[in-house]
Amino acid sequence: MKYVDEYRDPAKVRGLLGEIDEQVTRPWVLMEICGGQTHAFLHHGLDEMLPGGIELVHGPGCPVCVTPLEQIDKALAIATRPDVIFTSYGDMLRVPGSTMDLFNIRANGGDVRVVYSPLEAIRIAETSPEKQVVFFAIGFETTAPPNAMAVLQAKQRGIKNLSVLVSHVCVPPAMEAILSSKTNRVQAFLAAGHVCAVMGYHEYPAITEKYKVPIVVTGFEPVDLLVGVLAAVRQLEAGKAEVQNAYERAVTFEGNQTAQNVMNTVFQPVDRKWRGIGMIPQSGLGLRPEFEAFDAEKRFSVGELVTQESPLCIAGEILQGIKKPPQCAAYGNQCTPQSPLGAPMVSAEGTCAAYYRYHRELVPNG
Amino acid sequence: MCLSIPARITEIKQQDSLLMGMVDFGGVLKEVCLDYVPEAKVGQYVLIHVGFAISVLDEEEAQERLNLIREIESFEEEPGSA
Repeated sequence: MKYVDEYRDPAKVRGLLGEIDEQVTRPWVLMEICGGQTHAFLHHGLDEMLPGGIELVHGPGCPVCVTPLEQIDKALAIATRPDVIFTSYGDMLRVPGSTMDLFNIRANGGDVRVVYSPLEAIRIAETSPEKQVVFFAIGFETTAPPNAMAVLQAKQRGIKNLSVLVSHVCVPPAMEAILSSKTNRVQAFLAAGHVCAVMGYHEYPAITEKYKVPIVVTGFEPVDLLVGVLAAVRQLEAGKAEVQNAYERAVTFEGNQTAQNVMNTVFQPVDRKWRGIGMIPQSGLGLRPEFEAFDAEKRFSVGELVTQESPLCIAGEILQGIKKPPQCAAYGNQCTPQSPLGAPMVSAEGTCAAYYRYHRELVPNG
Repeated sequence: MCLSIPARITEIKQQDSLLMGMVDFGGVLKEVCLDYVPEAKVGQYVLIHVGFAISVLDEEEAQERLNLIREIESFEEEPGSA
């Protein structure tokens, strides 16, 4: 397959690994923002092939992981209603709320459906006019424009029985939160290529200037990941801190403005709590007042709920790159993908799930 | 969640006020929304995320990067190089 095979070519991977090895003269700590990149690094074993001096720490770019417990509990409260068809991306179904998950709701007779695209939620709403259809709109800037389109279409087509439970998050404020932390170890970022496909990278020069860290827009295939690492290492070794695009075939400086326009028509920046991390000002997207009629939180008045997080889970430190999964006492024993205590063990992009799947030697009794 | 996969556009059509199309993921055909890539043409490759094309892949940029990598690759393979 074009645009896939050439970026998985072992000869190119070897060449890039050799070049990185030649460039490195001292230890560096790099963070890949996106959970998809974490999985790709571990899946291809690249984390172990990089020179010993390069440490990868894994970022918070897993929307399922950072969706706050309050929003999960609200989803659960809405999904139990007999008049509701609750639609969601598949990853969210096993994320633990305070007492249960969406799968439990489904097992108890709730109508919870996995959708691949937000447009499917529209179709369900059109074909089930007697039901209230709710879509769980989560994700980073990559997913916000598709979700925004569902809301815009519902308004334009007069679809009254669709609403959205919104929990969108944005990457740049999270990068700043990590860099501002006293415990920060990150010296360079591999920026999330698909977020940048939508947003471009015009937001990043302000961050590199303020915090003096290189930011390299990076893709997802093995060759892309190593091109990103090489660019970051070259900058670090040269004492530079610039924004670089290493995913040119998919990303431009301005990004996809058509998608950004629809996203900005429907959503506006809001303060957002990140699960395990806490409140980050203006780090989320919420519905603009013109689209309030589609807000599931208002339609079902779920209000404030009392939440309860597992006291054993250290997801917050994992998501900020402060600790790695094997440093968690619950990892691999009380917490497994079959019985997760925290969201990073659930998601296909969660760091704990990636370690459990690809680094079984680090699992206690694994 | 931000997983996006390249696919080749095989058909473009207007449907329910949206620009839709068929794309080919290496043999698997799927209907997707092309509203965010109005400039896309049949035969071009796009990145698909949750049923939406979010970017048209740039052939020239891809070639340029692959050429740079090829240089590194041949340099690394030279006998006697470190």
